[in-house]
Amino acid sequence: MNEVLIFTIVTLCALGVLAAVILYFVAQKFKVYEDPRIDTVEGMLPGANCGGCGFPGCRGMADALVKQDDISNLYCPVGGQETMKSIASYLGKAAPEKEPQVAVVRCGGSCEKRPRTNTYNGAASCATIASLYGGETGCTFGCLGQGDCVSVCNFGAIRMNPATGLPEVDPDQCTACGACVKACPKGIIELRRKGVKNRGIYVSCVNKEKGGIARKSCTAACIGCGKCVKTCPFGAITLENNLAYIDSNKCRMCRKCVVECPTGAIIEVNFPPRPAKKDEGSNSPATPTDRTTQATPSTPAVKEEGATHQTTQA
Amino acid sequence: MLKSFRIGGVHPPGNKLSKGAGIVTMPVPETVVIPLSQHIGAPATAVVAKGDTVKVGQLIGKSAGFVSSNIHSSVSGTVTSIDPVVDGSGLRKPAITIRVEGDEWVDTIDRSDTLVRECTLTPSEIIARIADAGIVGMGGATFPTQVKLSVPQGKKAEFLILNGVECEPYLTADHRVLLEHGREVAVGADILCRALGVDKAYIGIEANKQDAIDYMEKVCADHPHLEVVPLKVKYPQGGEKQLIDAVLRRQVPSGALPIDVGAVVQNVGTALAVYEAVQKNKPLIERVVTVTGKSLDKPSNLKVRIGTSIRTLIDYCGGLPEDTGKVIGGGPMMGRAMANLDGPVTKGTSGVLLMRENQSLRPEAQVCIKCAKCVSVCPMGLEPYMLSKLGKHRMFAEMEPRHVTDCIECGSCAYTCPAALPLLDYIRLGKAEVMKMIRARKG
Repeated sequence: MNEVLIFTIVTLCALGVLAAVILYFVAQKFKVYEDPRIDTVEGMLPGANCGGCGFPGCRGMADALVKQDDISNLYCPVGGQETMKSIASYLGKAAPEKEPQVAVVRCGGSCEKRPRTNTYNGAASCATIASLYGGETGCTFGCLGQGDCVSVCNFGAIRMNPATGLPEVDPDQCTACGACVKACPKGIIELRRKGVKNRGIYVSCVNKEKGGIARKSCTAACIGCGKCVKTCPFGAITLENNLAYIDSNKCRMCRKCVVECPTGAIIEVNFPPRPAKKDEGSNSPATPTDRTTQATPSTPAVKEEGATHQTTQA
Repeated sequence: MLKSFRIGGVHPPGNKLSKGAGIVTMPVPETVVIPLSQHIGAPATAVVAKGDTVKVGQLIGKSAGFVSSNIHSSVSGTVTSIDPVVDGSGLRKPAITIRVEGDEWVDTIDRSDTLVRECTLTPSEIIARIADAGIVGMGGATFPTQVKLSVPQGKKAEFLILNGVECEPYLTADHRVLLEHGREVAVGADILCRALGVDKAYIGIEANKQDAIDYMEKVCADHPHLEVVPLKVKYPQGGEKQLIDAVLRRQVPSGALPIDVGAVVQNVGTALAVYEAVQKNKPLIERVVTVTGKSLDKPSNLKVRIGTSIRTLIDYCGGLPEDTGKVIGGGPMMGRAMANLDGPVTKGTSGVLLMRENQSLRPEAQVCIKCAKCVSVCPMGLEPYMLSKLGKHRMFAEMEPRHVTDCIECGSCAYTCPAALPLLDYIRLGKAEVMKMIRARKG
């Protein structure tokens, strides 16, 4: 009995030692060198694995950061400038310069501005609606309101406003990872430069129809009149396919276009209240902290098909 | 024992309200809107300009590619615009609008009723005529017919199957075509056989159309290689692959086409259009549309010019009832609810179905109880509960190995689901995404 026990233990130990020796040499032979800095860099990244950088996860990004000599095209939108700076100084490379961005929902077609023409009764997904038909309202460009953007956001930065039926972005939570931009089947959401104190001015409409048709489906639609283009002192606004677009890199936030827009399609967010104008006493004062607030201009007549008859102001 | 397909299937109530109503030719409308894309494939290119005068049967849109189709004017009059027009789905699509003036046809079209049986054209001449006439699959898929008839090299067609199944509830257009134009359909089948070089054709008809079966059997006495196959009533028997299984007992493998098992399937409406195109030189400018619904005054089968607005059709059948909740283009199983009634009748419009308000809302979706009813009814042998869940969570890459591209979108799964889940909505979404992925991979 004793002999059997001893024999077994000795054999097993010998086998173990032999296997260890073999494994040691195999490990030496097939060793893959991995830069230890990759682990450190991965630790410095936020670990959200959101895919906002273009890599599947933070590990892929860390790998690229360590291996590429020029990291100017790599940027972690979640960590932002600070994270990128600290990683760059750790690696001894030049930090990529990028201004912080924020997701912006470019549709102002709330329930009262964009009346329903039919009721959708299928699966609650914008992508499904977009594959089936034009949507519940007359505007085939605008928000479909089922919240695909809300469900893909990993940071809880976007939510549906039940009063307007439109998604709202919390600029403090938003990391500009771009997940909502990809999820929106109508391409309404855009990443724009984040202004000081989260301020922003943008055209809250993506309707490319001619003025009359756009206006009929939604009272807050951009009708492509071009007044804002003429007003802008910095040349930040372009007009293409009956739709105005403000380049956030050129915009200096002077807010002249906001007043000029006849439909209120250009909106300003997080600005302090304007000083009350003398000649506009009858209109209710704007509350600029509300994102859907429009400046109430002295409503010039809306011209269909783009108001080319307007006298130039320049 | 009647034949039927072997996997899955459901039995929705037939509701063939308009089966006794003979085909009535609708008066020519005041204006027509003819979309340039009424088929699968590239939209046609307009060959007329605003202000041009056109005749009935004149070419107004030219086929733009291999998988595309010609578009002809269905009326005579003046082209008032070639701008995009809102179609039934609420989307703006390129279309030609024509104001009707008189009813002047192109001279080459034979408008007489006499049956012309002899056809001495070669197969390639027949296919060229079909392509010129802009004929597409009239069962609803609107695949250009000339493409389907051009058998790829190395493959051989053995059988032609005419699809007279009409398994969609409510619809009776094909039924009436068989009863009233059975002889033309049979000649059309002969022409299709000639084009394909096959000498055996079957015509599948479900047993709920006994009069059509009897009549076609009589007609087939003069057409020795045409045979009527009565089929058990089961949805979706009108699906191409299901019909092949029912008639020939051959299963089309996953990812393959019917031609891989030697079969070509054509709708009876297509056969009629082929007859008219080849023997009478008449392009596809009108079609039979079933206008039906339980609250509609006169459920009818109308012969309508392409481009007539859906609203005109409903008005002709007694007007839109007040309790209408939904108007569907097509049948209740596969048709789509319309967002805009001013949209036009196209080559693929087989029916207009009015649903009452209480019929039209879906019940609230519950949770899946894993009863697997959807699995047992799926005619393609898929797992709809799984595919739908993957689609909902946007896991499209995992849908591909589960053969989502085989889905024929028949809706049997959603029809049978006791939890009223929108199964097909998510599967269809996934199918579209997977198709996109496959196309991207091919480059």
